[in-house]
Amino acid sequence: MSNQFLFSLISGIFIGGAAGYLGSLMLTKRMALVGDALGHVALPGMGLALLFGLDVSFGAFLFLLLGILLIWLFEIKTSLPMEALIGVVFVASLAVGFLIVPEPEILEALFGDISKVSFEMAIASVIFSFLIFLLVNRIYSKMILASISEDLAKSEGIKIKKENFIYLLSIAAMVALGVKIVGSLLVGALVIIPAATARNLSKNLKEYYLGSVVLGILSCLFGSLLFNFTGFPAGPLIILTSTFFFLISVIFKR
Amino acid sequence: MEKGIVLKVENLNVELEGERILENLSFEVKEGEVLTILGPNGAGKSILLKTLLGVLPYKGKIEWTPPTHHPEKIKIGYVPQRLPFIKDIPMNVREFFKLKGALENEIRGILKSTGLKEDILEKRIGDLSSGQFQRILIGWALISSPQVLLFDEPTTGIDIGGQESVYNLLEKLRKEKNLTILLVTHDLSIVYKLATNCLCLNKKMLCYSTPKELTSERLSQLYGGEIKFYQHSHE
Repeated sequence: MSNQFLFSLISGIFIGGAAGYLGSLMLTKRMALVGDALGHVALPGMGLALLFGLDVSFGAFLFLLLGILLIWLFEIKTSLPMEALIGVVFVASLAVGFLIVPEPEILEALFGDISKVSFEMAIASVIFSFLIFLLVNRIYSKMILASISEDLAKSEGIKIKKENFIYLLSIAAMVALGVKIVGSLLVGALVIIPAATARNLSKNLKEYYLGSVVLGILSCLFGSLLFNFTGFPAGPLIILTSTFFFLISVIFKR
Repeated sequence: MEKGIVLKVENLNVELEGERILENLSFEVKEGEVLTILGPNGAGKSILLKTLLGVLPYKGKIEWTPPTHHPEKIKIGYVPQRLPFIKDIPMNVREFFKLKGALENEIRGILKSTGLKEDILEKRIGDLSSGQFQRILIGWALISSPQVLLFDEPTTGIDIGGQESVYNLLEKLRKEKNLTILLVTHDLSIVYKLATNCLCLNKKMLCYSTPKELTSERLSQLYGGEIKFYQHSHE
C-alpha cells in the first residue's frame, strides 16, 4: 500500500463518516436532494481552483457560499419556492462550471479523484471533517426537534434561524470536502445513501445516526480498496458500495 | 387565600401573512382554572394557543404571572394538535423525552403520572397507538414541571373512548400538579365537565363565561346555526 493511497484512505474515511452523520440530519429534514444540487453549485469553483492550481475544496466552498447567498437573495426578492430557486442556481452553475473547468480535468471534477491526495490534504480533510462533526453534533437534537415541529422547538427557546445557518454552513463545508472524493455529480449520494440505509435498519435515533456514520465510513473504505484493486475511478466505486449496502438494507428492513 | 391571576390578555390581535386571525381578545385565567377555548374550524383556536406560548408575533398585551407558590419564571407546557412528521424519524420514546433534556428519574415520574408502563420507553414513536402517542405528548409537555398546560385537542385519530380517558387524565394531573390548563376542544361535553371558564372564538371573542352561562343561543351564534357536539373534521 503506497503512502499516497493511505492518505486517500484516511481522507475518505473521515469525510465519509462526517457525510453520513450530516446526511442523517438532512434526511429527517426532508432535504435529501440538497446535497446533489449543491454539488453542482460547487462546479465553477472547482474549475477555477483547477485552473489556478488551488485545492478544489477551497474553490468549491467559496462558490457554495456564493450560491447559498444567491438563493437566499432570490428568496427575499421573489415569492418562488426554495426548490425552484435552488433549481435555477444549480443548473446555471453546472453550465458555467462546464465552461470553466479545463477539458482534461472535467472528469475529475465531475466524479472525483482520490489519487492526488497529499499528506497536507489528508490532514486538512481530517481536521475539517472533525469540525463538521462537532458542528453537527452541537445542533443535532435541536434540529431534530425543529424537524418534528418548529413550534415545539421555538417554545423550548431554540433559535431556529441561527441553528439553520450553522446547518447550511455545515452542508456547504461537507459538499466542498466531498467533491474531492466523489466529484460534484456524486456528492449528494455520499451524504444521503448511508442515512437512507441506516434508516432502514434502525429502530431508534442512536442506531440511526451511528449507523449513518459507520456506513459512510465503510462505503469510502471499501470503495477506495476496490479502486486500489481494479483501477476504476474511486468516486463511482464508493457510491456503488454505498448503494450495495442500501440494497442489503432493503432486504433486512425493520 | 385569593387565587392569583396567571394569565392576563388585553386587546390581543394576531395577523399572519396579511390576514387578521384574532381580533381584540381580552380575558384572564386564574391559578388552577381550566379555560376551554371553543370555536368552529379555522376560528383561530390553535393560533391563540401558539400566540400565548410566544411563538407567533402579536399586538396587544399577554402577561403571564407565576402562581404564588412558584417564585420563579412561569413555565408553560404545550401539547400540539398533531406532529405529522415525527413518524418519519426513527426515534424511541426515551429519546423523544431526552430531546427536552429530561433525566431518567423525571421520565419515570412522568410515565407514572400519565399512566404508562416503562416498557414503552423502548418503543418507536411511529409504532405507538394514537392514544399512547397523545399521552406521550402530554408527558413531554410535563417535563421540567410547568405550572401551565396548553392543550390543543387533535381533531382526528383518537376514538371517543380514548379521548374521554385523556380528559380524565388532564383532570387528574390538574389536581396532582396544581396545573392551570388552557384547552382547545371541539367537544362540548368536556366543557361542561371540566371547564371553569370558556371562551368562544371565531376570530373575535364571541363569549367569555362559565360553562353554565353558555346558552344554546350563544353556541348557535358561534357554530353558525346548528350545534355539533363532535366536530371531527379536519382543519
